Amino acid sequence: MISLTIDNQPVEVEAGATVLEAARKLRIDIPTLCHDSRLKPHGACRLCIVEIAGMPKPVTSCTTPATEKMVVTTQSAHLNRLRKTTVELLLSDHPNDCMICIGSGDCKLQELAYRFNLRGSRFRGKMRAHDRIDENPFVQRDQNKCVLCGLCVRVCEEIQGVGAIGYANRGFESKITPPFEKELSCEFCGQCIAVCPTGALSGKLWVGYPRQQGLEKTETTCSYCGCGCNLTLHTYGKSIAKVTSRQDNHNRGWLCVKGRFGYEFVTSNERLTTPLIRRQKGGSLEPASWEEALDLVASRLLDIKSKHGPDAVGGLASARCTNEEGYLFQKMFRAGIGTNNVDHCARY
Amino acid sequence: MSRKITVNVCMGTGGIAAGGSTVMEAFRQEFAEVGVDNARVVEKCRLHKVGCRGFCARDVLVDIAIDDQSWTYQYVDEKMVKRLVAEHILDNKPVEQWLVGDDYHTFHDNQEKIILGVLGHIDPESIDEYIGIGGYKAAEKVLATMTPQDTIEEIKRSGLRGRGGAGFPTGLKWSFCAANQADRRYIICNADEGDPGAFMDRSVIEGNPHAVIEGMIIGAYAIGADTGYIYIRAEYPLAVQRLKIALAAAKERGFLGKGICGSSFDLDLKIKLGAGAFVCGEETALIASIEGERGMPRAKPPFPANKGLWGKPTIINNVETLANIPPIINRGAEWFTSIGSEKSKGTKVIALTGKIRNTGLIEIPMGMPLKKIIYDIGGGIEGDRLFKAVQTGGPSGGCIPQQHIDLPVDYEGLKSVGSMMGSGGMVVLDETDCMVNIAKFFLTFTQEESCGKCVPCRIGTKRLLEILTRITEGEGKPSDLDLLQELAEDVRDASLCGLGMSAPNPVLSTLKYFRHEYEAHIFQKKCPAKVCSKLLTFYIRPDHCVGCGACKKACAVKAISGELKQVHQVDQALCIKCGSCFDACKFNAVIKE
Amino acid sequence: MEKEKEEILEGIYKAAQANGDNIISILQELQHQFGYVQKDSVEWFARKSNIPEAKFYGVLTFYSQFHMSPRGKNIVTVCSGTVCHVKGSARIISKLREDLKLKGNEVTTKDGLFTLENVNCVGACSIAPVVIVNEKVYGKMSPDKMLKNLKAYKE
Repeated sequence: MISLTIDNQPVEVEAGATVLEAARKLRIDIPTLCHDSRLKPHGACRLCIVEIAGMPKPVTSCTTPATEKMVVTTQSAHLNRLRKTTVELLLSDHPNDCMICIGSGDCKLQELAYRFNLRGSRFRGKMRAHDRIDENPFVQRDQNKCVLCGLCVRVCEEIQGVGAIGYANRGFESKITPPFEKELSCEFCGQCIAVCPTGALSGKLWVGYPRQQGLEKTETTCSYCGCGCNLTLHTYGKSIAKVTSRQDNHNRGWLCVKGRFGYEFVTSNERLTTPLIRRQKGGSLEPASWEEALDLVASRLLDIKSKHGPDAVGGLASARCTNEEGYLFQKMFRAGIGTNNVDHCARY
Repeated sequence: MSRKITVNVCMGTGGIAAGGSTVMEAFRQEFAEVGVDNARVVEKCRLHKVGCRGFCARDVLVDIAIDDQSWTYQYVDEKMVKRLVAEHILDNKPVEQWLVGDDYHTFHDNQEKIILGVLGHIDPESIDEYIGIGGYKAAEKVLATMTPQDTIEEIKRSGLRGRGGAGFPTGLKWSFCAANQADRRYIICNADEGDPGAFMDRSVIEGNPHAVIEGMIIGAYAIGADTGYIYIRAEYPLAVQRLKIALAAAKERGFLGKGICGSSFDLDLKIKLGAGAFVCGEETALIASIEGERGMPRAKPPFPANKGLWGKPTIINNVETLANIPPIINRGAEWFTSIGSEKSKGTKVIALTGKIRNTGLIEIPMGMPLKKIIYDIGGGIEGDRLFKAVQTGGPSGGCIPQQHIDLPVDYEGLKSVGSMMGSGGMVVLDETDCMVNIAKFFLTFTQEESCGKCVPCRIGTKRLLEILTRITEGEGKPSDLDLLQELAEDVRDASLCGLGMSAPNPVLSTLKYFRHEYEAHIFQKKCPAKVCSKLLTFYIRPDHCVGCGACKKACAVKAISGELKQVHQVDQALCIKCGSCFDACKFNAVIKE
Repeated sequence: MEKEKEEILEGIYKAAQANGDNIISILQELQHQFGYVQKDSVEWFARKSNIPEAKFYGVLTFYSQFHMSPRGKNIVTVCSGTVCHVKGSARIISKLREDLKLKGNEVTTKDGLFTLENVNCVGACSIAPVVIVNEKVYGKMSPDKMLKNLKAYKE
């Protein structure tokens, strides 16, 4: 263990921990924008700078390893001025249209502007003017709101192992883009959206729903596969406005395309609302009552079982059922019919 | 009587640009034609390709050495060769009018040459010539008689500090690297000389590449590295070429490869070509670049000495630093500490350029007063104009005004006035240079070269440049002075790497010493040095105008009117202040105010 | 892709594998072969080497040495180092742009004869201002002298 002092408070951390981690252990708040504890530190936003005794200049706490007897100061007039200027610089190249921004209320830059009481910026000058509209059905990009924190690039490479996007150009012209400015061609897991601190990346499916007000949160578990990722459904009335995932779970907030975006079926017009029976070979499906349908299925299954044995029957369930429904389904096959011929598109 | 004749032609980039290869070819042809080889010259006459000797302004420089005597000619072109061969070589009568003058000697005599001494005297493409002047003796000595620890101690005692920028003690850096537990370590030679106005590394590699290689062998042995890289700009084709030849020769002679000089020490050196990014001179960006990535720096600590190339302990030394190693080993740390000032030992190679009579590459003992460099070595300001400032350290440095002309040039001295040694570029500016424009020039550079990773540098340098631009265009506001000062300080203190931390230096130093020029631009809307064209008005003086029409022809917006052989006029409403008329006029009739 | 080109790429790939080359060296080799870095070559290499294309693109757009479109037959490089700047390189650039009829951000003439570029410093400060045409270095230039020099390349 390593002992150090942060803002006059002693703290002990494991060897290899960063100064930021040590400070968070003490519940000392240091602002960050490009940091995510699940990804490699980047040191780009310069907001988490701290003063360390013996070092000539402020250093980023997210990249600096804690060392024995280190003395750290996280708050000073100088640090505050530097952090404020940094946010102000970001705002000087930002649309600042929070009123109509999809990220409003869930935006780190907005929070920082509020925190440093930045009504405007002292700096006025050239602003980026990207006007690209992406064709893909999931990821909505507004590159003018990008703060180049690099989280999307890192999550795509470090967590997904895809590397669909990367940096291009340098300096003020830097941007994040698929290679050769092509259309995004990836798994559409949307992890980039999940880590984006601003409104630069959002879900196309979110459009048309409220951002914060009027949304109801429901914790649930993704039924698509055996991983059982935590899902938070943000619902508006009877519709799902968006899906997110909490980090304090075994899936650490990471989701795949199905968990994050595969929810439209819930309110789909094409969903069946009544059982359908084909009464004649070659005939069309006709609406029927639940009683008639269940009776028909039960009698036919028992019929097959008695003639050919239980293993002549098999069941395939949809991942779009709830886990509870899935459980009942396999129970019916194993205990009710007496066969292990049961499966699910994400396996049991 | 048999005579030994040697003709040296300066073939550095400067020499070649001035026509060095044509001159050399002319000598070859002339010798063949008059039959120097077998007729009156008995000893063999060698044509020598030598590197830069520093005084590039006088190129092509040619030495003609007959037996032990040597003469130096300046401004030689191919038409002069015939007469040189006929009179000097065949008739033994030097051509007095073409010889260098006294100023050539004052230029050289005030210098102290550890690094540059052999440049211009040995053929950089011949390992034998390097060995002939004692080359690779230091490497042999270290490998045969010294432990790595001894070697580090010797360099520590010499007080050698990094010549590439910040001046960190080299021996200490080596000891940090050696102290790490690791299965592999690397040594890197930083030859990514990107500072505009600096060409010392290029000249050293072009003129004496083996010295750098020998320095790397010693450094690698000291820290326990078996692989090294030389990261060099692709814009230096001649240096790359000479380095390749030198590496191959060193390998062939057993100075590189397995079991160097009969020891058990192995070292492999490779060349990596930079791809055009100034930021790659920064250690961590350079490492990223060698790894094939975008040259984006990462935060320090951890330092490369602990975690560098591919995560292994790595030492990065600049070309000049490495070239200093063999002399220190050969002559001892005590000898080295006898040169220079209290905290800065040894010499510094400086690219002395700008509005100065004698431009070129010089080497001075650390601590030499600025005045001596500018007036004794440099010969004073070109065209007898007034000295205004000297810019040192490239885009990371600052401008030093007249009041500090007695400043000793060493790490501490330059830092005390808000500049820095940097790689050693020194650009002299005179009364016709606008300091706001100079600050804008450097910010244009750093802003373009910012990698874009951290916010203060990416957006901060852009905003600094925008403020400077509006000041030079007459749009500056009184509040801009404070804004510039504050933003410059914040970019300096909050940026991730050396580029961003030092980019504001040109702004801060000019604001400090030349605030009145900023004020003139903002309050009077005037550029005192008459550089910022948007603040100028162009007139035609009727008493000087001969009506030749050159200005009218040059004007792209048809703002100049006048009949041939009549006095012309500028229509101020149409004039876009491009300055074309000023350039075009041969009679000094166009004036700017 | 033409078979011939694919064979060249295959050759570069094999050499890169043998030397343990990185993305920068591969792009340098591609540019050396084809004059500029072509999109389809990069796509081919990304597939072949299993390195994300985005990595190649990132490196390609970071370093000023790389070009993504064909360049002129003659490359005119104006040095814009400090000394060249104080000795008037900006005037040379504007005069050349005017002479070559380059508009906006254009760097290559319509007939593909010239590409005008600037470089931060070629380290030939003592003969500033410097212009390099292809490999030839012109020192102590002025706008007019340079226009005269350029004429030779127009034939």
